[in-house]
Amino acid sequence: MSKLGILTKGIFKENPIFVLVLGMCPTLATTTSAINGMGMGAATMFVLMLSNLFISLVAGIIPDKVRIPAYIVVIAAFVTMVDLSMAAYVPDLHKSLGVFIPLIVVNCIVLGRAEAFAAKNKPFDSMLDGIGIGLGFTLGLTLLGAVRELLGNNSIFGIKPLEGDGMLIFVLAPGAFLALGYLMVLFNKLKKRTSS
Amino acid sequence: MEYILLIVGAIFVNNILLSQFLGICPFLGVSSKVDTSLGMSGAVMFVITIATMITYLLNYYLLVPLNIEFMQTISFILVIAALVQMVEIILKKISPALYQALGIFLPLITTNCAVLGAAFLTIQKNYSFLGSITYAVGISLGFGLAMVVFAGIREQLDLGKTPVAFKGVPIALVTAGILAMAFMGFAGVVKM
Repeated sequence: MSKLGILTKGIFKENPIFVLVLGMCPTLATTTSAINGMGMGAATMFVLMLSNLFISLVAGIIPDKVRIPAYIVVIAAFVTMVDLSMAAYVPDLHKSLGVFIPLIVVNCIVLGRAEAFAAKNKPFDSMLDGIGIGLGFTLGLTLLGAVRELLGNNSIFGIKPLEGDGMLIFVLAPGAFLALGYLMVLFNKLKKRTSS
Repeated sequence: MEYILLIVGAIFVNNILLSQFLGICPFLGVSSKVDTSLGMSGAVMFVITIATMITYLLNYYLLVPLNIEFMQTISFILVIAALVQMVEIILKKISPALYQALGIFLPLITTNCAVLGAAFLTIQKNYSFLGSITYAVGISLGFGLAMVVFAGIREQLDLGKTPVAFKGVPIALVTAGILAMAFMGFAGVVKM
């Protein structure tokens, strides 16, 4: 596969949210606004890129039997780095994402890519794969966050295009499930149309 | 009384699945049959309660005195992974029948964010030791309740006709949304 193909496949064809349906917890919990979704996506992308790069470098020397615990420790170390940096530089965002930053450790996307791609491919390709999948995740989160913010608060990225209030339910918990469910339906329709 | 409120609050008001969004993967993945979701809830309940206990002790008697709280993420996930492995080995020896029934779900609990999430939440909320155990039991009961109710709905859902674009995950998500709306009715029952 070409380098560009590795980078772009995560955005539509193998989109982690809409196609692979991985990492649902942060997807539903942190997308109360577009900016929160984007922050979460960026944090995950950063961890994905570094963990993919590092794991593909050391994959050869880790015994096969203990590879999963070893991968998790590598991922946990990068997550701690991201957690502390975000607490220092973007404290507001860090506070609103709360417990979901340390929970990137158990995000199935990160471990899934380490096992499925980074362990078998070259370091540079693995890094590209991490960036691509991370980008797809970020785009999905931002889209979901924007939809929920627009419907729930009648604003987008904090800017109000029109007067009036939104339907609060979309910012609350049930709205997360409903918005993601209907977005997935749209995505399925779109995919069918492009493939036929 | 305080502990009863804690349990009721964790089961209904702040349900771990439907309002905190922790542990969604098994919720969507294995909840298509009532039996399997019962087995999964049992295993998760066991792991959450013990993991919260151990991480509580680890945090307050090792990490805080040594002033290395930034190691929380790494140490907690290692404890949980080891614990799940241990539960698996013990269960295999003591009750092979249950071990067979749980099958693949057991190792998957390591990456269930409800377990790590519960550990972090109890530390964040500054509960006492007894309080955190109660909270962990409440969380896992809430997890079990939501799983079983949702599995029951999905069993019925399979009997009806679903539009093609809604098949699979989308219809499950919409159903979960309506279920979450029902759970919102409990808001305000207990002051957290």
